[in-house]
Amino acid sequence: MIEFEAPKPIANQTFVLKTVAEEMMRSKSRYFDEHEHEIPYDYIEFMQTVKRATGAGSLVPREEKKKEDEDPNKPKHPPIGYQMLASIAEALAWGDVGMYLCTPGGLLGAAAVQAAGTPEQRQKFLTRFLGEKPVFDAMCMTEAGAGSDTSAIRATAVLDKATNEWIINGEKIFVTAGDKAMTAYEKFDKGFIVVWATLDPKAGRAGMRAFVIEAGTPGVRVEKLEHKLGIRCSDTATIVLQDARVPFDHILGSPTIETDTSKGFKGAMATFDATRPLVAAGGIGVARAALEFVIEKLAENGITIRYGLPRQKLTNIEREVIDMEIMLRSAWLMIIKAVWMADNKKSNALEASMSKVKAGDIGTKITQKAVELMGPLGYSREFLLEKWFRDAKITDIYEGTGQINRLVVARQILDYRSSELR
Amino acid sequence: MYSFEPSDEQKMLIDAVARYAAADLRPAAHDAEEAKELPLKLINKGWELGVLQASIPEAYGGFGDRSAVTGVLAAEEMAYGDLAGALAIGTPGLFALSILLAGSEEQKQMYLMPVIEAGWKPYTAALMEPAFDFDPNDLKTTAKIKGGEYILDGKKTYVPFAAQAEAMVVFANLDGKTKGFIVPKGAAGLTVGEEREKLLGLNALPFYSVKLEDVKVPEANLLPGDFAVILASSQVALAAMAVGVAKAAFDYSRDYAKDRDVFGVKVAQKQAIAFMLAEMATEIEASRLLIWEAAWMIDAGKEEASKQAYLALTGAADMVMMVTDRAVQILGGHGYIREHPVELWMRNGRGFSTFAGLALV
Repeated sequence: MIEFEAPKPIANQTFVLKTVAEEMMRSKSRYFDEHEHEIPYDYIEFMQTVKRATGAGSLVPREEKKKEDEDPNKPKHPPIGYQMLASIAEALAWGDVGMYLCTPGGLLGAAAVQAAGTPEQRQKFLTRFLGEKPVFDAMCMTEAGAGSDTSAIRATAVLDKATNEWIINGEKIFVTAGDKAMTAYEKFDKGFIVVWATLDPKAGRAGMRAFVIEAGTPGVRVEKLEHKLGIRCSDTATIVLQDARVPFDHILGSPTIETDTSKGFKGAMATFDATRPLVAAGGIGVARAALEFVIEKLAENGITIRYGLPRQKLTNIEREVIDMEIMLRSAWLMIIKAVWMADNKKSNALEASMSKVKAGDIGTKITQKAVELMGPLGYSREFLLEKWFRDAKITDIYEGTGQINRLVVARQILDYRSSELR
Repeated sequence: MYSFEPSDEQKMLIDAVARYAAADLRPAAHDAEEAKELPLKLINKGWELGVLQASIPEAYGGFGDRSAVTGVLAAEEMAYGDLAGALAIGTPGLFALSILLAGSEEQKQMYLMPVIEAGWKPYTAALMEPAFDFDPNDLKTTAKIKGGEYILDGKKTYVPFAAQAEAMVVFANLDGKTKGFIVPKGAAGLTVGEEREKLLGLNALPFYSVKLEDVKVPEANLLPGDFAVILASSQVALAAMAVGVAKAAFDYSRDYAKDRDVFGVKVAQKQAIAFMLAEMATEIEASRLLIWEAAWMIDAGKEEASKQAYLALTGAADMVMMVTDRAVQILGGHGYIREHPVELWMRNGRGFSTFAGLALV
């Protein structure tokens, strides 16, 4: 049965998070935008408390964490873990997307462990998020010479047979929350990063593997924090790995190269199938904030949108707002479909990438248009609209640019391998 | 709960419609457009799939319950075959579903059975008017009550099968509100245009203008119910058909691009084309989901259903224009000639920003 009613737990959660977004995030948005790299401890600690109580905010679905105490006799509800996460991401990003990216526990690194790790690895790395102190994790994929083309990754992992440890060398850039995950802050517990490296540079994608590296591992250091257009509250780190030694069982996926398959790379892609719609959901939150601001300001000036009128009778502003609403709602529904598929164990590579293409597009368009429509109010730093315009652009870039996602979509709809459509 | 999975019953219906659309409607579309006529046999075969009959409750001679969601699923598949055919098959539904949605118990008892029993018969409805600023909620055609009768005056356009129609629902402005009136064939003062209307597309479908001069209908012919649900149901139906047309154009241009050689590779292997196709697929899906949600809202009786249906059609009209235009572009010169169907889809696609009340679910 086709249905569009948000499940009760999600409706309740988003209701609560609206207050959090208003009270804890919006009120501090401007401050943290203007004080780049300051850490929003109040928000982080509050969310840690919330997370321990409800599981909110993590990229890791709650079901995984609760498996042990599950009663087999209890009636089973359809899984909504990813749907919940997307709704949380949207609600918090509506408050402030930079701050949302500082939500402790279970970001992209955890999502990789979730998607590609063994049950033991999940137990080892994911349970730490429910402790008293906040914990951060991060995904390290991008390098100076390898962005969208992840098969160009040059970081290496070599097995030291004597000690049965992996020795990892390389330099990773654009690591979201890398600083919070790896630097020993008094108020945070030990985090980890998931580093993508190759077992054999000649093996291409087949040689790619992900390794979990704990904070405090010798040979790993945070080199630099980027200064950015937007999401300034979220740290974007460069992480250098020099002979970093990692226990053998920290590898995600098979430790040997199977040249006929490319499971390592597919593991990474599985992560992205899971996280792309969630990252897209953040973009929707920002766009909704901007659109609501526009509608509110118009209403203050006595302009209400006359839905239902033929296009020919609408004013230009009405047409723009209506188009923005269409974009926003349909983009959100694409995300909901993608995460619904993930929850129901349906392959969603196409839907995940389409939702990301759409969210990147409309987030950019809506916030640009909102600034335009609001004239001097839009461009002014007195309001948050100009900030949302800067924040929104990241959705079209991180976790796969709009273009790489178009390529992913195109390959799927055309049934082409990457060698056939480069 | 969220769910994007049609029920088993809906899947069976979609499959049946899809088979008919592929095997019957699509192959006939080109010749029908050129000859400006849809064979009755073709229409009847589509009619027998029972899409309308399944939306009318048993009490009135049908065999199901009307669902806007089921309706939009079927509408998309039907229009994927051919828009003119899809609209023709659905034309009696304009009459029957208007009565089902806004009619009184007596009207349903009296009028529904004759429409759905046996084969396809021309019943229709008249909503659109010949003005650039036509607004379904602000009609120029008027209805005035006088001596226990309604008197209808005005001009209608884009009325499918008006010349043959056994009866039609005419929408008119009654004290500022749009209301439906059942007007029988041959009512005094009702003049159907002598010639068919000539349009950019949909030439296979006979559209007529209709003039109403002092047309008197009994009080009992007023559909007492609200027009809003008819309008919303019509908007999602048309929007779903826009998706069907867009999907047809997308599939055709994708297959063409995968087949055609250029500079030693297939056209589809060029990112300039592949990205166009990726965006087409994305926009089709975006539009479809908005329509599904609007249809679900109609079925669930949600207050926002009207707004959502309006947004769904507004979005779908833009989407289908973008997609069909690109399909023509991907075929290049071949897209511009009438041997390939994409130019017809582009002409039909342009209509969705104009069409109102031509489909109903």
